[in-house]
Amino acid sequence: MTQAKNFAFGEDEKMLRDTARKFLQDNLPTDKLHQLVASDPDPYRESLCLWDQALWQQIVELGWTTVIVPEADGGMGMSLVALCALIEECGRVALPSPFMATANASLVLRECQTPIARHLLGEIAAGKTATLASTAQSGSWLAADCDVALVDGKLSGSAWFVQDARKVETFIVQANTAEGSALYAVPIGSAGLDVVADAIIDLTRDQAHIHFKGVPVSAAQLLSDDACAALESAEPALLTLLAADMCGAGEWQLQTTVEYMKVREQFGHPLGYFQALKHPLVNLMIMIDQAKSLTYNAACAIDSEPENAASFARMAKASASEMAAFASNRSIQFHGGIGFTWECFVHLYSKRQKHNQVLLGDAKYQRGKLANLLMGPVAA
Amino acid sequence: MSPQARKDTSEQAEFRSYCRDWLSQHDAGTPAVRLPQSAIEIMHREQLDYLRRWQGEAYAAGLIGCDYPVAEGGGGRKDCQRVANQEMARAGKPFLPNILGLGMAAPTLHFHAQPALKERLLPGLFSCSDIWCQGFSEPGAGSDLANVQTFAERKGDKWIINGHKVWTSLAHFADWMILLLRTDKSSKYDGLSYFVVPIKAALGKGVTVRPLIKITGETGFNEVFFDDLEISDDYRLDEVGKGWQVAQTTLLHERGAGPMVTPSSGRGSAKASAVGDAYGLIDLAKNSLRDGQCAADDPLLRDDIMQMIIRQEGSKQGARRAKVEGLCEHPMRIPLQAKLVMSEIRQDNAAVAIDILGAQSSLSINDDNAPAGGEWPLAYMNSYGITIAAGASEIQRNILGERILGMAKSK
Repeated sequence: MTQAKNFAFGEDEKMLRDTARKFLQDNLPTDKLHQLVASDPDPYRESLCLWDQALWQQIVELGWTTVIVPEADGGMGMSLVALCALIEECGRVALPSPFMATANASLVLRECQTPIARHLLGEIAAGKTATLASTAQSGSWLAADCDVALVDGKLSGSAWFVQDARKVETFIVQANTAEGSALYAVPIGSAGLDVVADAIIDLTRDQAHIHFKGVPVSAAQLLSDDACAALESAEPALLTLLAADMCGAGEWQLQTTVEYMKVREQFGHPLGYFQALKHPLVNLMIMIDQAKSLTYNAACAIDSEPENAASFARMAKASASEMAAFASNRSIQFHGGIGFTWECFVHLYSKRQKHNQVLLGDAKYQRGKLANLLMGPVAA
Repeated sequence: MSPQARKDTSEQAEFRSYCRDWLSQHDAGTPAVRLPQSAIEIMHREQLDYLRRWQGEAYAAGLIGCDYPVAEGGGGRKDCQRVANQEMARAGKPFLPNILGLGMAAPTLHFHAQPALKERLLPGLFSCSDIWCQGFSEPGAGSDLANVQTFAERKGDKWIINGHKVWTSLAHFADWMILLLRTDKSSKYDGLSYFVVPIKAALGKGVTVRPLIKITGETGFNEVFFDDLEISDDYRLDEVGKGWQVAQTTLLHERGAGPMVTPSSGRGSAKASAVGDAYGLIDLAKNSLRDGQCAADDPLLRDDIMQMIIRQEGSKQGARRAKVEGLCEHPMRIPLQAKLVMSEIRQDNAAVAIDILGAQSSLSINDDNAPAGGEWPLAYMNSYGITIAAGASEIQRNILGERILGMAKSK
């Protein structure tokens, strides 16, 4: 297969994205987001899950959850590029929602190819939410590392770093089995489940670890008997979505800081007059553009150049993570004293970016994996 | 079929197939001398003669000036120069020597010259019978280009030119020069006018060209002195006082962001083709040793190489994204970054290559033991030509910060 024209970003994708951008900007301006998630700054407060469920219902009605579900399973069967554009808009407003978690679940379900997985995809298209519960306590991103096991038809053990766990209805749980590793759909109310909220820095997300205390599962919940294959096949797409969220958030960080450079004056000049501030923001713009180009390239390659998908996705995540770190650093620093306060909105984005950076591996991690792909592994 | 070919219009597809046929049948021949890394490093007449023959043949075959009107010596095609460039690069042909003419003088003439003038000058520019150079910078006008002081005084329908231009690549071979001159000392930007000058014909008669030697020891750029040079008013482009606006057309194309695609060809030799390219660093590392172990196994070098590949791929994909309006925040945001990003990537690629080569990087092109003929350390030194020329990187950052991000103008 070969490279698609214009990143496969056509009129349909543009209309979907433009509608999403307007909807989010109208409904979640940054001051409203701050009220929603940052009204209580106490670092020792109870770990809360703060999001606008009515807004989410409208998002479902707009059809976002149908975008990458295949038509045969009840979705729109659009490209990953379309989903990427939506996620970029979510990053731009730092949207607290189960959208990325559910999209990630959909991407893994698409790889399962079983009737049960396809049925669940149909339910997701209709508005059901889900998240992956497949990470070990060590924080390893290797698909094979899993702390949950299936013993006598029951799940036991724990899944860690589960994203937006308290916003969803279904967990997609990886479990080691006698034959290998399987994926099960586990509804949130199931007996023997203990969802423990993590106290996290990112105010726009929630995260939990889940203890499975003999949770009975049946064949009707078995999504795949090769969890590693499904997770590894979906990984390039998951990396690309994280990169897209970082690009959207990074653009907000850039534009917000640039606006401050125009209004704040010192020594008789707006701050943007000084090259010590102007040039790093140009560097940030260049990093955002590099990350965004690599992100859409990766999304496009996953659909049309599968042979390059893994390396292009690593490039996108590496580039976006590096950019996100720089955007967060400069956006706080260049706001000066006010940038160090809770009332200045830049911290919301810096915290979301930090979370995005580490999920599925930071820039150095991605470059290590990329080197193995392009140069071969290091000799033993 | 190549990825580019899939997107061709029918005119482009037909033209591409023609280019391929011609290029496969046409051999540029083996040069008798070492070729420089780019046109602005051409030192010797032998190098120039070889390259100019190639450009002349490519023009005669219709691969150069494809998108210019037939009346201007062009091919009268639509969006075909890009196709010819892709095919010439693919075929690994030598680069085109008349780079300042093709990249800067031609689009400026096309957009601003009287029909008679451009119809007279462009065919010789494309065929390379006339070499062109650019008279912009002066000792007191580098980054602050609008400060040029070389003065043209009007005498009837003539102009008398006095002053001093510098960093003038190819002036030692040039027949013609594009020239930014001051015609009014009372106004900085509105006091500039733009001319073309038959510089070779005026050598010894008001024009003196003196070579400058670069940090590489190579010549290739020059100082040009004007002492009462008299030229006709027919050589003026656009109106008196509009020189700065005309210069913007030149600069936009020089930075790779203009509407006319600059004709370009491949590289001088297979050996040189990996030099400057981030993917070439992988092979370089695989063929180099660190304390007796393969350099490609050194984790820090691996990370450096990946950083360069990511930046280079990002820039390449950026050029692709720049054509998708819906995925760009501002139409000029990526085009105006092109020169800055490309020049810094090439410089950093060469710096990583030097790290990989270790002690071997101390060997110059004049040492038989130098890996890759010593081209990487030479490329590193030459890379400053691109980060400084055409508006230094720092000026590019001002332009981007001001024109794209809208921050206050720096002084």
